[in-house]
Amino acid sequence: MPKRSEPSRLAVGAATLVGVVALWYVLTQATHIIPSVYFATPAEVLQAAKQITIQGYADGRLHEHFLHSCWLVLMGFAVAVTTGVPLGMLMGWSRRAEALINPVFLLLRPIPPLAWIPLAIVWLGLGDAAKILVIWFAAFVPAVINSYAGVRSIEPYLIEAARSLGARRAMLVREVLIPGALPLIFTGLRLSLQACWTTLVAAELLGAIVGLGHALYQAGLDIFPAMIVVGMIGVAIAGALMTMALAWLETRAMPWHTR
Amino acid sequence: MSVRAAPTRREFIVLSCAGLLGFLGIWALASVTGLVPRQFLPPPWSVAAKFVELMREPFSGFTLQQHLLSSFMRFGMGFGLAVLIGVPLGLIMGWFRWIDAIVSPLFDALRFVAPIAWVPFAALWFGTGIGGPVLVIFTGAFPPCLINAHRGARYVDRRLIEAAQTLGARHWHIITEVLLPASVPSIVAGLRVSAGLGWQSLVGAELIVASSGIGYVLVKGQASISTSIVMSGMIAIGIVGFAIDALLRQLEAHLQRRRGRG
Repeated sequence: MPKRSEPSRLAVGAATLVGVVALWYVLTQATHIIPSVYFATPAEVLQAAKQITIQGYADGRLHEHFLHSCWLVLMGFAVAVTTGVPLGMLMGWSRRAEALINPVFLLLRPIPPLAWIPLAIVWLGLGDAAKILVIWFAAFVPAVINSYAGVRSIEPYLIEAARSLGARRAMLVREVLIPGALPLIFTGLRLSLQACWTTLVAAELLGAIVGLGHALYQAGLDIFPAMIVVGMIGVAIAGALMTMALAWLETRAMPWHTR
Repeated sequence: MSVRAAPTRREFIVLSCAGLLGFLGIWALASVTGLVPRQFLPPPWSVAAKFVELMREPFSGFTLQQHLLSSFMRFGMGFGLAVLIGVPLGLIMGWFRWIDAIVSPLFDALRFVAPIAWVPFAALWFGTGIGGPVLVIFTGAFPPCLINAHRGARYVDRRLIEAAQTLGARHWHIITEVLLPASVPSIVAGLRVSAGLGWQSLVGAELIVASSGIGYVLVKGQASISTSIVMSGMIAIGIVGFAIDALLRQLEAHLQRRRGRG
């Protein structure tokens, strides 16, 4: 079976997407096989997108929901990276630190981040602080595990070599441990980012003042399928943009690491 | 000095216990001294007592075990559907390139939608009883099933396929007799990821839409600002999640042993 060339694959993909939109139009708008109570027509979705962009919906306009959600994810993600990566690297470096921290970590790890949401709400209410807390939990575990694995994956002779050349601790961390662990750290960050989005959407669905999840929740309450579609597309675009930003950062941070 | 100064076995055990005791100790101290109000952080023993109480006396209609059972049924249905649809579709996509070319762009586009974002539609289409949560679990558990089956099928040794073709195997036979057995390790690895994501999606779905189940216990506990109920629920979720993963890990190890023996 010859491998199909890339342009042809792209063409099939584009054709498929066009086909799906056409099918969507036929099933909803043209024939009403799917009643509009259950799923919106393309025109309704455009209308809803216009409404949320210009007039606003669920206490905010689209860009406000969008930016607020992105900001929360960035905050939680940043806190998780600055706490999780050093902790994971410490556990990877020192067996003693690993022995001390690992049991607690193993104890807390099976609890999915989403299960922390009610506790965060009891502790901190429905505001931003509770959301940053749960996003932090969500991103923390993958960040720790992969930073740990990253340090463990460094060849010991590299560390010995740096030492025998007289590298001090700070230099060793900066020049050997961090670059050596970076590929796996970034793998962890990608997983973290996905977990962040899922958790944020869930937290916002459970209670929020603005944010994409809040718009989704309101649309669900109002039985407004077109707005649900707009909210879902918003979530997808925000997640995709952040994943792309992280991938860009990865190539900038590791110019030597070609994949 | 070696790179990682290894502590002795005894030191390791002492440190591990110290870590655990330190964690519980700080928790207990913060609560007992009133540093954090008891209502927000009950001491570990109160949570343990509440856990036992929830197992004996019904809370919002059911005991803890009954809530867990109803959650587990939903999980089983959503996860089962994801496996039954995802794995065969992944294998078929690995064999028929034209199906791959059609399904992949759709799948990639949908994958960016977080599973939890399906909750409003799930509730609208299938209600909040069983159908809605099952759809959310399905959307969480489906991608790893499909991706791993697909990847497994794509990396099958070409010689095996050619041998089967020489012997006159049809499409269907190649998929079931060659691709499926060869992809088993990849599929099982996918199942573990899938079960973890499915269990997590279940918790999310139940927090938002369900009227029974373990997620519902958390919401009810939160509504009555009973931190010990919320924490008991979290512990129960952790235990079941851990058990599901342990079970699949066993399956993985078992399969690897069998394949090792040939």
